[in-house]
Amino acid sequence: MIKVENLHKNFKDLHVLKGINEEFHKGEVVVIIGPSGSGKSTLLRCLNRLEEPSDGKIYFKSSNIMDKSSNINEHREHMGMVFQHFNLFPHLTVLENITLAPVKVKNTSPEKAKETGMELLETVGLKDKAYVYPAKLSGGQKQRVAIARALAMFPEVMLFDEPTSALDPEMVGEVLEVMKKLAVKGMTMIVVTHEMGFAKEMGDRVLFMDQGNILETGLPGEVFNDPKHSRTRDFLSKVLRA
Amino acid sequence: MDFSFLSRYYPMYITGTLNTLALAFFTLLLGVVFGIVLALMRLSKNPILKGFASSYIEFIRGTPLLVQLYIVYYGLPQVTGMRFPSFFAGIIALTVNSSAYIAEIIRAGILSVDAGQMEAVRSLGMSHTLSMRYIIIPQAFKNILPALGNEFIVVIKESAIVSIIGIYDIMYSGNIIRGNTYRPFEPLIIVAIIYFIITFGLSNLMGIAERRMRISD
Repeated sequence: MIKVENLHKNFKDLHVLKGINEEFHKGEVVVIIGPSGSGKSTLLRCLNRLEEPSDGKIYFKSSNIMDKSSNINEHREHMGMVFQHFNLFPHLTVLENITLAPVKVKNTSPEKAKETGMELLETVGLKDKAYVYPAKLSGGQKQRVAIARALAMFPEVMLFDEPTSALDPEMVGEVLEVMKKLAVKGMTMIVVTHEMGFAKEMGDRVLFMDQGNILETGLPGEVFNDPKHSRTRDFLSKVLRA
Repeated sequence: MDFSFLSRYYPMYITGTLNTLALAFFTLLLGVVFGIVLALMRLSKNPILKGFASSYIEFIRGTPLLVQLYIVYYGLPQVTGMRFPSFFAGIIALTVNSSAYIAEIIRAGILSVDAGQMEAVRSLGMSHTLSMRYIIIPQAFKNILPALGNEFIVVIKESAIVSIIGIYDIMYSGNIIRGNTYRPFEPLIIVAIIYFIITFGLSNLMGIAERRMRISD
């Protein structure tokens, strides 16, 4: 579904991605792990060009989204994204957060968008918060709304950028629950996370990144129990001990 | 103190007040419109737009309003061959001036909106223009409302300067009454009071607007 070829990203003198080649398949849940600064968030953000790659090709459903002629907004409609800091729109109610893009981009009728919005709020367990402003929600609730907002565009793939890293520990579970539900339904998901439990349980594949390269990729069982690379072993011993 | 002149001259104050209000209304409306345009230009990646907006803002902020007014009223007719009615020239000069200040306030407001907001809305497939319109600018306005209210008050007060080219505003009416009655103090006190009522009323309106926008906090 998404194919990355020789992807490079430089921030001035800093070489953050050093020629990534990878393919993400339909229905797959891929979890990207690695130490901070390894480039995993940058890789994720390049996939919908929130970060402009310096070089390389990204194919989404066989069209190169790096092409000058391709309209990135159209591609983004089909790629949902969830951020570490939720980024809900504070001046809109929860329901308005969810209905904005379907109405403005897809020309969905406001009534239909509301109906879909309420259904999505039900799946994330926040139907009673529809008319509340984001400031009144807890972190976990905000992130669940953010997931519903992304789902409202009916994306074909969901990108999660450290979705639980900014949450209080007791709220991590509720967000992971929603993500598990999505995974079970067959959503294609690419997840950057430090939640090794989620990676083990839900990941179809784990990518380990270090210093701008994908060092290791495989089934969660393989990567966690029998890491091939010393850097992977080193990283896992640190995070799994904690 | 003798305010008996009021019974005879009050219609002049009314005319003056209406003209000041009309002047302020058009100036603020156009000032905000051009202010938004200039702010977006200054924030754009296009070097020509950016350069033009930056130079305009710096130049206008660095020169006196009186000079700008004279250039529009006395200077432009010589170059363009057309003479603007004084009221029109007043609106142009005040708009040219206030749009530069309002542009900077709006630019600061746009920059004050967290970068994550733009990322979130763009990730949903909305264009830059739609994102600005529905997400960034509404939040920017909320943040800058106090500064904008302040600028509105400044514009109303500074508009008194246009009486110098013969626009019949509050200041102008005060001047005429002063000349006719040979008593400068009382007519000018009335002028000051009228300006104060307008600006105080406006600052209360802005206060209400601020409270209404804080509903989402």
